Amino acid sequence: MKPEKEYLEHLAAGCFMIQRSTSTGEYVFYPRVAAPGSGVTDLTWVAPSGFGTVYSTTVIRHRPPTPHYNLALIDLQEGPRMMARVVGMAPEAVKIGQRVKARVQLPAEASAELPMVVFEPI
Amino acid sequence: MSHTFPRGKTAIVAASTFGCGAMPGYSNVELAHSAAIAALAQVGLRPRDVDGLAVVLMDDPTAGLSFAEALGIHPSFLSNNRTGGSSFQTHATMAALALDAGLCEVVLIAYGSNQRSTAGKLVRAPRASPWESAYKPLTPVSSYAMAAARHMHQFGTTKAQLGAVAIAARQWAQLNPEAFLREPLTMAEYLSARLVADPFSVRDCCLVTDGAGAVIMTRAERAKTLCPRPAYLLAGAESSTHREIANMADLTVTGVVQAAQRAYVQAGFGPKDVDVVELYDAFTINTILFLEDIGFCKKGEGGSFVEGGRIAPGGQLPVNTNGGGLSCVHPGMYGLFTMIEATQQIMGVAGARQQAKADVIIAQGNGGELSHEAVLILGSGATV
Repeated sequence: MKPEKEYLEHLAAGCFMIQRSTSTGEYVFYPRVAAPGSGVTDLTWVAPSGFGTVYSTTVIRHRPPTPHYNLALIDLQEGPRMMARVVGMAPEAVKIGQRVKARVQLPAEASAELPMVVFEPI
Repeated sequence: MSHTFPRGKTAIVAASTFGCGAMPGYSNVELAHSAAIAALAQVGLRPRDVDGLAVVLMDDPTAGLSFAEALGIHPSFLSNNRTGGSSFQTHATMAALALDAGLCEVVLIAYGSNQRSTAGKLVRAPRASPWESAYKPLTPVSSYAMAAARHMHQFGTTKAQLGAVAIAARQWAQLNPEAFLREPLTMAEYLSARLVADPFSVRDCCLVTDGAGAVIMTRAERAKTLCPRPAYLLAGAESSTHREIANMADLTVTGVVQAAQRAYVQAGFGPKDVDVVELYDAFTINTILFLEDIGFCKKGEGGSFVEGGRIAPGGQLPVNTNGGGLSCVHPGMYGLFTMIEATQQIMGVAGARQQAKADVIIAQGNGGELSHEAVLILGSGATV
C-alpha cells in the first residue's frame, strides 16, 4: 500500500476512504503504512459511515474580499479525528458537538485547488 | 555513571538578546552571531573558546555548520535539533548532559531571525500537509484558536480572560525597554480588535518581530569563575504529543503535564517553590493552558486564575516578566527568550521588572501546534 498516493487517488475519484486494521479492527486516519502504537501493517481501505461530530471549530477571517470560511476538527464515528470544513451553513454558526455528515467536494464544484472531504449539518 | 539528570551541575553564565524589534538588512545568521558575540563578551570568552554549539535558523537545515564556520568554532558537540519554538529547551537539556559527560566545556545556544523585515508572516510548515492543506488552515493561528474554542466550550473560559493574559503581558512589556509593544492595552481595545480566527483577534496572537538570542553554558565549577550569579540548570524535560492539531488527543491538555512532572522530579521542587514563570505565549490561550498543566491551578481554572492581575506586575505570580511573545519579542521561535529572561531574573539584571525573589524559575518552550513541550527549571546559587 502507498497510503498517501492511494488516499488522494480515492479522493480525486470522489471517494472518502479511511484505513482499518484487519486484525485489530482499529480505524486509522490519516492514512499511513502501519497502525500507530501497534505497528500492524494489515491496513485496508474502508468507506467510513461519514457521520461525525464537531470537536472544535473556528472561522478564518482574511481581509476582504476573501470570504470568511469555516475550519473544524471532526471526530469520525469510527474514532479518528480529522481536519475539515463544515459547509452548507454560516461558518460562525458551526457549534462544538454538532453532528455532521461527510461528502467529497471536488475542485470543479467549489473552484478550489484540491478535492477535499467537507461536512454538512444533519 | 549517573542515572539521574545532572541537577545543578551546569549553568547558564551569560545571556543576551540582539536586534529585538525590526532590524532590516540583517540575515538570520548575522543576527544570531551578533547575539552570540554579545553573550560571549559578558564572560570574556571568544568564539574559539566554544566547543559545544546548538543552533536553529529558519532558513538553514544545517545551521549549526554554517553558524560555526563563520565564527571559527569547531564543536565537539553540535545540535541542530529543531522541535519548533521549544528547540532551545531541548538544546539546554542536551548541553547539560554533554557537559556533564565531558563531551565539551563551553556550549553556545543561539538563534536569530529577520522574520519581520523579510516576510512579516508567521512561518508555516515546510511541506504542505496532504491531510490539511486543502482546507487552508491559517496555521498556526487557527490551531491554537481551536484549542481556545474547546477550552471555552468545556470550562466556560471567556474572551475577557484571554484578554487578561494579553493585558498582563503588555503591562510587563511597559517595564521592559526592549519590548516591541509598550503602549497601554485596555480591555475595551482588546475586545474590539479585529478577529483573525475565532475566538482570536490580532491581540491574541504573538508579535512578528526580528530578533536574536544567545546563552552560554558551562559546568558549575567553571560557571562560578565566570559569573557572580549563574543560573543553574536544575531540570530539563520534554514531551512530544503530535504534529498536526487534528492529532492532539485533547486540545485542552498539553504535553507540558508530562514535561513538568519530569522536571519537578529532576529538580526536587514543585509548583509552590517556583518564584517566576516564563511561558511560551505564542497565543493568549497558551498562558492559560500552561499554567494549568504546570500545576498552578486545576485543569479548566486557568481562565479565572489569570483574572484580577494575578500574573501582571504586582500580582501573586509573575508570569512572562519581559512582556512575552505577545508584547516583547517573537522572531518566529521564542523558546530561547524565556531562557534569557529567566537567566536575567536569576542574575538580578532585569531592571524595572526585576523580581525580589527569583531563585526558582521555569523557562518553558512550545513547538508546532502545542505539539512539543519542554520545561527547564533554572535556579540561583541558593538552590544547589
